[in-house]
Amino acid sequence: MARHVIAPVDELPPGSRKFLEIDGRPIAVFNVKGEFFGLLNRCPHQGAALCEGPLIGLATSSDPGEIEYTKLGEIIRCPWHGWEFDIRTGQSYCDPRRFRVRAYPVNVEPGTHLVKGPYVAETVRVAVESDYVVVEL
Amino acid sequence: MTSPIAGGVDCDLHPAVPHLTSLVPYMTDYWRDQVTTRGMADLISQSYPVNSPISSRPDWRPAQGKPGSAIADMQAQALDKFGTAYGICNPLYGVQMVFSEDMANAFCRALNDWLVKEWLDKDDRLRGSIVIPVQSIEKAVAEIERCAEDKRFVQVLMLVMGDIPLGKRYYWPIYAAAERLGLPIGIHAGSAYHNPPSSVGWGSYHIEDYVAQAQAFQTQLTSLIVEGVFARHPNLKMVMLESGFTWLAPFLWRLHKFWRGIRMETPWVDRAPLEIVRSNIRFSLQPVDAPPEPDTLNRLFDHMQSDELILFSTDYPHWQFDGDAVLPEGLSPDLVRKIMIDNPLATYSRLRVKETTP
Repeated sequence: MARHVIAPVDELPPGSRKFLEIDGRPIAVFNVKGEFFGLLNRCPHQGAALCEGPLIGLATSSDPGEIEYTKLGEIIRCPWHGWEFDIRTGQSYCDPRRFRVRAYPVNVEPGTHLVKGPYVAETVRVAVESDYVVVEL
Repeated sequence: MTSPIAGGVDCDLHPAVPHLTSLVPYMTDYWRDQVTTRGMADLISQSYPVNSPISSRPDWRPAQGKPGSAIADMQAQALDKFGTAYGICNPLYGVQMVFSEDMANAFCRALNDWLVKEWLDKDDRLRGSIVIPVQSIEKAVAEIERCAEDKRFVQVLMLVMGDIPLGKRYYWPIYAAAERLGLPIGIHAGSAYHNPPSSVGWGSYHIEDYVAQAQAFQTQLTSLIVEGVFARHPNLKMVMLESGFTWLAPFLWRLHKFWRGIRMETPWVDRAPLEIVRSNIRFSLQPVDAPPEPDTLNRLFDHMQSDELILFSTDYPHWQFDGDAVLPEGLSPDLVRKIMIDNPLATYSRLRVKETTP
């Protein structure tokens, strides 16, 4: 697995995202409140530039009219068909029953423990080393 | 021809009120005098004009009077004819059109009491649907509770086209009462004619109204699902009556597709629409809007991904089929048994309880 230095941390302040191509693959790196996430910039549904979509929260409900809004800024919404993906895991939320299954363990588990929906956006490991943002690919 | 089997449940029979005066014996003194002094004659909506072909099969049309108004005719032409064990009576009388909630309440009470005395008491195969004054939620719930004491009432009846979409929370006390009392909500074709019977305005011909019923059912299904009726009332069953069902698969393809994209607007819809339909929605058999080729029909059933959705119905006396061909060609014996017996018994919990005439 190669390591790619993509930017100094200063170039990616919280709330920003950077689009780049590594080994011919379109990648986007996000800084969400100081945490860095990388996603393949291609929606697993129909190939749209997923990472150009807005970052929103996750709406869930236990009773009609009551909405719990969590994961603020951590859900990327595809600009083509509005499908929602968790920026941390790449997990699709268009089948929220699966979400409900995985919601019982608290959100700090690694993605490998979660039940997968039909589509998973490809995530890319991002690390900060010596003030540089590094992508492992 | 696919032969029906004995012991089936006919989920859509229409006993006709001969005349508004037929209900007068079941009204209070005040409403009896209102009917007579105002000269009120009848409540016939344009959903089923008496002389329209849809309103009666030609060989079921009596020499005089409304089709479906004589119990002997229903017995001979529907119950005996198809070996029916239970027949569910869904009176289609224009009480939903009335704008006064007090008058609607008086007429509904009379209609339900008339059904008990003139039909249910006269043939122990018959079961009833509670017609409710939807003009008032409080009165509708009270009427459900009043009638539900008689276990021969197995369902609550509403029309597919009323004043507002059926998923709106305004109606939810009705659904809560129905769920609590083990009564499915039957949604029958027909309109209160408070809105145009199509979403695009008033048409010119009866065929426009009748064909538009299928669109109304689709719109109501969307409303019921996205408003969260079945999230709040997971045990509530709803039965689409005289809705047709061949449109279901493509309708669900569309609903499912857009639900995925705008799921966050209605996060209480926590299952795919198809799964909600499978667990909570049923459809009466007639009319079968499909070509008569068995392969076509069975492909439609495959697309529906369930053999539990369809409930046997003749839609008596409406003209949906000729002769004995109440079942479409190509149904397997297993599917016939499910449609005629298993699915209705699973849907109408009150049919599974040995009835006690009060």
